[in-house]
Amino acid sequence: MAIKDYLRERFFPHMWCPGCGHGTVLNCMLRAIENLALEKNDIVMVSGIGCSARISGYVDFHTLHTIHGRALAFATGVKMSRPDLNLIVPMGDGDALAIGGNHFIHAARRNIDITAIIMNNRIYGMTGGQFSPLTGYGKLATTAPYTNIDHAFDTVSLAIAAGASFVARTTTYHARQMTDIIQKAIQHKGFSVVEVLTQCPTYFGRKNKEGSAAEMMENYKNITTPIGSKKSQENPELIERGIFVEKEMPEYCSEYKKIIQKAVKGK
Amino acid sequence: MKNQIKFVQGNEACVEAALYAGLDFFAGYPITPSTEIAEHMAVRLPQIGGRFLQMEDEIASLCAIIGASLTGNKVMTATSGPGFSLMQEALGYAIMTEIPCVIVNVQRGGPSTGLPTHASQGDINQARWGTHGDHAIIALTASNHQDLFDITVEAFNLAETYRTPVILMLDEITGHMRERLHIPKPGKIPIVSRLKTSVKQGVDYHPYLPREDGRLPMSDFGGIHRYNVTGLFHDMWGFPTDNPQIVHGLLRHLLDKIGNNVHLIAKYKEYYLEDATTILVSYGSSARSALHLVNNRRNRGERLGLLELQTLWPFPYGIVREKCANARHVLVVEMNMGQILREVKIAVEDPEKVFLANRIDGMFITPTDIRNILRLIQGKGV
Repeated sequence: MAIKDYLRERFFPHMWCPGCGHGTVLNCMLRAIENLALEKNDIVMVSGIGCSARISGYVDFHTLHTIHGRALAFATGVKMSRPDLNLIVPMGDGDALAIGGNHFIHAARRNIDITAIIMNNRIYGMTGGQFSPLTGYGKLATTAPYTNIDHAFDTVSLAIAAGASFVARTTTYHARQMTDIIQKAIQHKGFSVVEVLTQCPTYFGRKNKEGSAAEMMENYKNITTPIGSKKSQENPELIERGIFVEKEMPEYCSEYKKIIQKAVKGK
Repeated sequence: MKNQIKFVQGNEACVEAALYAGLDFFAGYPITPSTEIAEHMAVRLPQIGGRFLQMEDEIASLCAIIGASLTGNKVMTATSGPGFSLMQEALGYAIMTEIPCVIVNVQRGGPSTGLPTHASQGDINQARWGTHGDHAIIALTASNHQDLFDITVEAFNLAETYRTPVILMLDEITGHMRERLHIPKPGKIPIVSRLKTSVKQGVDYHPYLPREDGRLPMSDFGGIHRYNVTGLFHDMWGFPTDNPQIVHGLLRHLLDKIGNNVHLIAKYKEYYLEDATTILVSYGSSARSALHLVNNRRNRGERLGLLELQTLWPFPYGIVREKCANARHVLVVEMNMGQILREVKIAVEDPEKVFLANRIDGMFITPTDIRNILRLIQGKGV
């Protein structure tokens, strides 16, 4: 199937700013789905609120655009009642880890078979550039006009600590890697977390003098390195990308199926 | 089916009724005095192949059941005041997206953590107005376990009929008290199934295009039709819009589908109203004390009557007005500062004849409490 067959073309042009990285994420995600030859009817996309969440409006799947931070909780209800469906939950950094932080760690802990894609642009874009839990110390935002004193989460460490059975990081510069990782994340049976560093030239970039969209993407090449590479060992300040965790663990819906068997027998 | 008669808490009666109504999916979070509902669900639901989820909080609980309802399940969550406060945003989402669900609030004293193990009916207005924006809501209550059973089934039926969340307002007394419950044979109480679309696969389905009667046939989410659901104002396709005409039309639809059907939704019970000169208006556990007093005074020849409301929202103004038309005094009995009193005053022709008998100290309002206030109103002194 061609990529455009996965899109609701009549809702284009999309609402993202010129240079926004979210379009690249959409592109890579659809390529991953195309590679997996998934049926459109077998995919449910649940999203919350923010620029990232609007992705669900543009794709021709079953799409549930919910409330801020709670997409994973809605997705849990859908997945538990229809374990046969593929659940993909794109979230922004604020959506996933500020207002939705609790749902994120608990979905990871349950290891429910959902693919969470955290589109990390380090800012609240839709409301105009306030700092998020991933903005980072020393950065600027409209609500951190004298520099941000909030420290950032490390999304990968957080996901691993919370018990996610698939954890990966990539960037919009590394589109092929992103496609490959999202593909593996969808295939993985369990809670998968993919953090994508994606540029917001309009707010984060402008506030923090990171240049144009192209320059911000170029920067992703310079500040990241494959997991365990020689470069990484020599430059510990570089951000590692790749798949950090990929392990088999009991999946929540499968486990609940066993609970039903037990309960029916014991009745 | 054996064990047709049970001696149970109201919370358990609520669980039995939900299962009778066809419940498939429950998600909740422990909170006094509603916890027994979750505990019984955890045992009972997997026995019939249903799903029980204990979520990380009440917000997630309501979100999860909304997701599950959309795929075609009958769903419920249960909580108390603090949890109900947390649910308000998702409640608005279910109203806006027209996703059927039943939310039980076993009320405790408030505000805040309040009185977790004591009696109160302080959340009646929250059920009506808690979530933001103009909206309509259905909220029901009952005063004894048999009624609670029927009303719980009714909650599911109304949720499906009107594609809306329905709030079941229990309280600590009805939730924890043990009483006899007779579980009716299957089929005795009619069950409303979800209205499903007849649109075939491959044919355009409009998830938010009401039929002439205002009802919206659903297609199980994740099934043969792909569509969008959003809490934003949306068009008939379910896609966001700020077109003023569509915005106005959707809001009117959400208000009218309930507001225009008050006569069909309203449930109440009446005792000795024909010749009553003083009418008590009450609901939930308070109505037990009100009924006790009415029976007691009738035996002494006093012309007392009781109007017991089972539908609190939409408030049945017409019924209250009609029933109270000939009464000299109307006494609203409730365990709050007059949340239903206000509505009764609006409903009747002469608001000055309406008085309040209440308790707000966490103690159950007794027949004596009501009688004392009644004597004051009647000029008899305490």
